[in-house]
Amino acid sequence: MFDEMNATPASVRQHYQGYQRWLALQPADVMQARRAEAEMIFRRVGITFAVYGDKDEDGSGSERLIPFDLIPRIIPAHEWSTMEKGLIQRVTALNRFIHDVYHEQDIIKAGLIPSEQIFQNAQFRPEMIGVNVPGNIYSHISGIDIVRAPNAQGEGEYYVLEDNLRVPSGVSYMLEDRKMMMRLFPELFSQNRVAPVEHYPDLLLETLRAMAPPATAAPTVVVLTPGMHNSAYFEHAFLAQQMGVELVEGLDLFVKDNFVYMRTTRGPKRVDVIYRRVDDDFLDPLAFRPNSTLGCAGLLNVYRSGNVSICNAIGTGVADDKSIYPYVPKMIEFYLGEKPILKNVPTFMCRNPDDLKYTLANLKDLVVKEVHGAGGYGMLVGPAATQAEIEDFRRALLANPSGYIAQPTLSLSTCPTYVESGVAPRHIDLRPFVLSGKEVQMVPGGLTRVALKDGSLVVNSSQGGGTKDTWILETDATSFTPPQGQSQSQSQSSAQAQAQAQGV
Amino acid sequence: MLSRTADHLFWMSRYTERAENTARLLDVNYQTSLLPQSTDDVQTGWRGLLSISELQPAYAARYGESITAKDVMDFMVRDEKNPSSIVSCLKNARENARAVRGTLTTEVWETQNQTYLEVIRMLRSGDFERDPGKFFEWVKFRSHLSRGVTSGTMLQDEAYHFLRVGTFLERADNTARLVDVKFHAIQSDFPNVAGEEEQEHDFYHWSAILRSVSAFEVYRKVYRDVIKPERVAELLILRPDMPRSLLACLNELIINLSMVTSDPLSETQRRAGKLRSDLQYARIDEILSAGLHAFLMQFLDRVNELGAHISREFLVPVTR
Repeated sequence: MFDEMNATPASVRQHYQGYQRWLALQPADVMQARRAEAEMIFRRVGITFAVYGDKDEDGSGSERLIPFDLIPRIIPAHEWSTMEKGLIQRVTALNRFIHDVYHEQDIIKAGLIPSEQIFQNAQFRPEMIGVNVPGNIYSHISGIDIVRAPNAQGEGEYYVLEDNLRVPSGVSYMLEDRKMMMRLFPELFSQNRVAPVEHYPDLLLETLRAMAPPATAAPTVVVLTPGMHNSAYFEHAFLAQQMGVELVEGLDLFVKDNFVYMRTTRGPKRVDVIYRRVDDDFLDPLAFRPNSTLGCAGLLNVYRSGNVSICNAIGTGVADDKSIYPYVPKMIEFYLGEKPILKNVPTFMCRNPDDLKYTLANLKDLVVKEVHGAGGYGMLVGPAATQAEIEDFRRALLANPSGYIAQPTLSLSTCPTYVESGVAPRHIDLRPFVLSGKEVQMVPGGLTRVALKDGSLVVNSSQGGGTKDTWILETDATSFTPPQGQSQSQSQSSAQAQAQAQGV
Repeated sequence: MLSRTADHLFWMSRYTERAENTARLLDVNYQTSLLPQSTDDVQTGWRGLLSISELQPAYAARYGESITAKDVMDFMVRDEKNPSSIVSCLKNARENARAVRGTLTTEVWETQNQTYLEVIRMLRSGDFERDPGKFFEWVKFRSHLSRGVTSGTMLQDEAYHFLRVGTFLERADNTARLVDVKFHAIQSDFPNVAGEEEQEHDFYHWSAILRSVSAFEVYRKVYRDVIKPERVAELLILRPDMPRSLLACLNELIINLSMVTSDPLSETQRRAGKLRSDLQYARIDEILSAGLHAFLMQFLDRVNELGAHISREFLVPVTR
């Protein structure tokens, strides 16, 4: 078990020491009041997500708050600088790979990836073959999920768990969590050099504008949302507002003379860049699902002619599939001639008979995932599963081996978290958001998700996960100077308050 | 601006305004029902309130023929199956705001969202039953707040003007209905030749109308005279400086419409202008002698048509 804050039960890691001294002085009732305040604000602001198929007590809505935890996840400067380099490297290679798949296919010719792994992939889009996209970039916004687990020496080691190259979400929580922390605990930010993240919408807009079709002087950028009933609607509206661009739905768009327009109160207006938060399948009923009303008929043709840019590009799913994931380190070496900086989790591909055999023999120790699954659905966490669940998965595996991969159950790192009984360690992960436009860049950090259930390794919000603010320090340590004078009596009273809270 | 966005903004402010006017109406009726009077009069009051919103059939379907204060209040305040109830209006206002929250300032959105969350809480916790007057007051003030935060924080671009168009179109409609039903309820023709007792009775009704649009003090200030029906009608229909009068609503409507149109000669503009000038150059004695009810019915029809034209020109355009 690797804890981000506590090296041993008695010693705190250097980068958490200042924070820990501060936390120890906070009366329990004050922190409780801060939690309540945070929840009240999140509800008023309407930072909610919809749970599919769920109903409120009155049966009318299904809006939930994502629980927000007060204790930040802190990463020291030197760890982040390595991670950042690794992320740039990885996303650069993934973009090269997608371009290659839809053009020369050198990586297949070189025999590094079996061709059926690509061409039989449901996310492979033959429509994209030979289509040139601006800057040869496909995944403009990439969410790379990173976890930390102890290695043989007991040191925490970062691993990439998966790449999200289609419509990764969660960045709005990263921004709102920071805003909330600064509002609740301004003193922490005046004492520590925490790298800011608030400029993310500016970087995003810069990235999107850079992708406009050539010869568009002042490109019109829009965010395309499936609508207010989508689980991530809050984020779509938030990003459109922060960038100052229109939030459109499929019915607001139409195609005429091979250009895309939106319907406005002053007539049609041309659209140059679409930041879409709608899956490929729903983008164009003429090309993909014919019954979709979330997209715009004829969009694909305009896109292929280069008259509109779509971010992320159509067909990026071919690179973030779990069956392609094991090949990413090889891609980095193949396209960039570099050693991968970030590690992959060792992965068994059940399509290989040996791997399948091993997986079936070790189901109760492994995590088994559907290659097309997402959001924490369709996976088996062996150590936490019942015998019946394991047997169900065994049948599914045998019926369709190539639909699954298996990985050792990583002991994800933990971070102290507020739970009902007080503060306790809970498992966390990290999703940095990497932007690829004229250059590959990101804001320091990302979204830290936390599994609130004791022992749970599933951090997805749809499965009861929460979030934490993520601090990338501009130094390697946190600092805290206890207040002098009057506030000493405060810390005395805090000791009293804690004693009361514990019923002493 | 996206047509769909404009449509949501327009309806967001319409629903907010409708919730406010419903609260005003219920409040006045509730206060009046506390005065000593016959059961018949009380019934007439609540029945009038239902007919004002054309909701008598819907009410009868839910609660039967008997009209009681509690049922009508429940129907008009908390019944989510009644699309005109206060809770439905506030919910719809919030849902429209949510659909375009990116277009609104944070303060405007949070106001709408909080209003909805709070009304649900108040209805569940029994706050409304404990003190209906306080609840109605709260609804009015949330509407004031909504308008205030809109004009205090929003860029004065198309979004703002569509919000204003919605507010004044709805208010013109609501004020007209209110005047109509109240004058109807009194059932006395002009000029008033009733006895003394009835005059006193009337006084409460006239002052109720005035108070329902926050115009009681305004009346005193403008006319410095006892309350006379024709002056009440004049104040609420023709005074350009009375913020809830029909003429004032039309004036605001035209200002805001002219800011969003790209065609000053459009049918929408023409109809709005004609309706306004009909009010601007009218005299109250002419209106009364030709029949107030007929005048108001015609006004409501024209406001309704104007709404349809606004919708067609800006909000839900046919594919071009």
